Amino acid sequence: MPKLSSPMPSVTDDEVAVDPADYARAEINASLKPKQKIGFFREMIRIRRFEQTSLKYYNQGMMGGFLHLYIGQEAVAVGTVSLMGKNDHVITAYRDHGHALAVGMGMNECMAELFGKATGCSRGKGGSMHFFAPDKNYWGGHGIVGGQTPLGLGLAYGLKYKGLKGCALCFMGDGAVNQGAYHESLNLAALWKLPVVYIIENNKYSMGTTLERSSAMRNCLAERADGYGIVWDIANGEDLYEVRAKTANAMRRAHEQSLPTVLEVDTYRYYGHSVADANAKKYRSPEEIERYKTHHDPISLWKKRLMDEGVLTEAEAEAIDEAAKDEADVAAQFAIDSDSPAPETIFEDVYWEVDNKTEAGSTGRHFFSE
Amino acid sequence: MPLITYRKALNDALAEEIIRDENVVIIGEEVAQYNGAYKVTEGLWQRFGDKRVVDAPISEAGFIGMGIGASMLGVRPVMELMFWSFAYVAWDQIINNAGQVRYMSGGLINCPIVIRGPANGGTNVGATHSHTPENFIANTPGLKVVCPATAYDAKGLMKAAIRDNDPVCVMENTLLYGESWEVPEEEYVIPLGVADIKREGTDVSLIAHGRAVITALKAAEILAAEHDINAEVLDLRSIRPLDEEAILNTVRKTHRAVLVDENKPFCGVSAQIAATIQEKAFDDLDAPVQRVCSLDAPAIYSPALENLQLPTVARIIEKVLHIR
Repeated sequence: MPKLSSPMPSVTDDEVAVDPADYARAEINASLKPKQKIGFFREMIRIRRFEQTSLKYYNQGMMGGFLHLYIGQEAVAVGTVSLMGKNDHVITAYRDHGHALAVGMGMNECMAELFGKATGCSRGKGGSMHFFAPDKNYWGGHGIVGGQTPLGLGLAYGLKYKGLKGCALCFMGDGAVNQGAYHESLNLAALWKLPVVYIIENNKYSMGTTLERSSAMRNCLAERADGYGIVWDIANGEDLYEVRAKTANAMRRAHEQSLPTVLEVDTYRYYGHSVADANAKKYRSPEEIERYKTHHDPISLWKKRLMDEGVLTEAEAEAIDEAAKDEADVAAQFAIDSDSPAPETIFEDVYWEVDNKTEAGSTGRHFFSE
Repeated sequence: MPLITYRKALNDALAEEIIRDENVVIIGEEVAQYNGAYKVTEGLWQRFGDKRVVDAPISEAGFIGMGIGASMLGVRPVMELMFWSFAYVAWDQIINNAGQVRYMSGGLINCPIVIRGPANGGTNVGATHSHTPENFIANTPGLKVVCPATAYDAKGLMKAAIRDNDPVCVMENTLLYGESWEVPEEEYVIPLGVADIKREGTDVSLIAHGRAVITALKAAEILAAEHDINAEVLDLRSIRPLDEEAILNTVRKTHRAVLVDENKPFCGVSAQIAATIQEKAFDDLDAPVQRVCSLDAPAIYSPALENLQLPTVARIIEKVLHIR
């Protein structure tokens, strides 16, 4: 993986008290049990198999809209989410399937949402880009580039306001760093000392536009945090240990000091911006994609690592993979067998007061269709 | 009943709700130490401190979006926009996030947030500062919008808005902040979606919201004194939800309607009201529905002309006489 060239991260040396070449020895990783490590493998495989299955049905015309696949980036969602405690929250953009499964959403409800069915996590009202599970501290799933960055800040504000020791992990793509809402959020995060971690999943392309053609300061996107006095760091997204070690530092800063961090994670998506991206192999070479798949795949590397550690055997890995494939197939069948939402549900979930039949929801006309 | 200003009524509503609910927090530009650009939040920071009254930098997309995110966690932010005209900077946050997140999550999330501030022309501040976006907000299912015309309504509607579990936009008026009305000392809340007959009449219905109600009332007095026409003035108060029954009832009573609306005419609030009347009370009408809106150009600066651009008493009278 080409290394980010310039910068010295603004973290202090003692924050990662390990040989930077081996984040397995970071405290947060050294304490991991074999079962947990295998669990990360399972989570990554589940995300990949879920998405590959969804792709199959998308290509058969069984889903509407867009399908932004996370394949290639799985270690980022799984590594970061694995650190979440009771008062830690997640919010992301439209490439949201990986985070959804990582926080514990079921394949059935997610697949059914892709199919637009009543059994979907959003009752068929959100689609691929808009998965939510507030009971799992997962706040979406947001369609507008950078639009979720103030919301993530608001989650952090809410935690601080209520006196809870937690943080918001706000994910975004590399394209979002050029949106104004993100910069406004950084200023407010620093100004008000809010416990938010902005995680830039830098997969190198904002749709079909390379970093070179989109960002003036392109060696490292996280470095812009210097302009707001925010600590920043970079992580290699193909190494789950490193993702965890760097994220743990950022979350500790949020928990202990109520301070924000910008963490840029170097990663890569194998598919296009969305499946509808006709130029996925034009703005980048097939050789480049192949190189990542062959040498930098986070799941293959994690598997090799666990096998080297003697934690996982090939046969066990295969069994986990088969189970994930089966789970995804079952989810697809569940989605196919599920009913579409009833027409009258179009007017549900618009207003809380109407849905809950309160007095406030019954005065005046709320809907204007005949 | 004591006479208090529209500004003080809002200030009292905010203070009472801060005391009533520990989750209520006021956030906006100059709301704390400066005491509010229009003094609506005067004294609140001194009374309630840094946690409950928060000065934000000029960063509408950032702090409005932050308030929306906090509301998803159960905080009840009351966000001040110095002018509703500045909402366009935060439009994505208001429309896409506050307005759509409940729907897109299948009802799992709600945003109990209030966004408030003045939305009016008539102060010679040019087109960028004179917008009345209640029609844009009302065009977004998921959002609610109210436009109080008096101090009494401003207080009661603000308290209802803060207690509402959906996002509510409250559009005030800088030209009304200093005006006084009778406001009871005891607590009251005015439900959203309930219109109010501000003047009983029999001959024609003037249907308005916001400051246009005041203009309509002045026109009604002249119509009575000089033309022997007894106009009823219906104040919508709330645009969405909308008190459609009240609209239809006054039209059924007077058989004539003149809609007075500071929006521009094209796709403004009055266009929706006119459509409602023709759909549901066509047979009750003795004359075509008439409209008095802001003249259809960007808000002009010139003090000599801006008052003519807004709905005027003279234009209301002219329209009424046209269909008498």
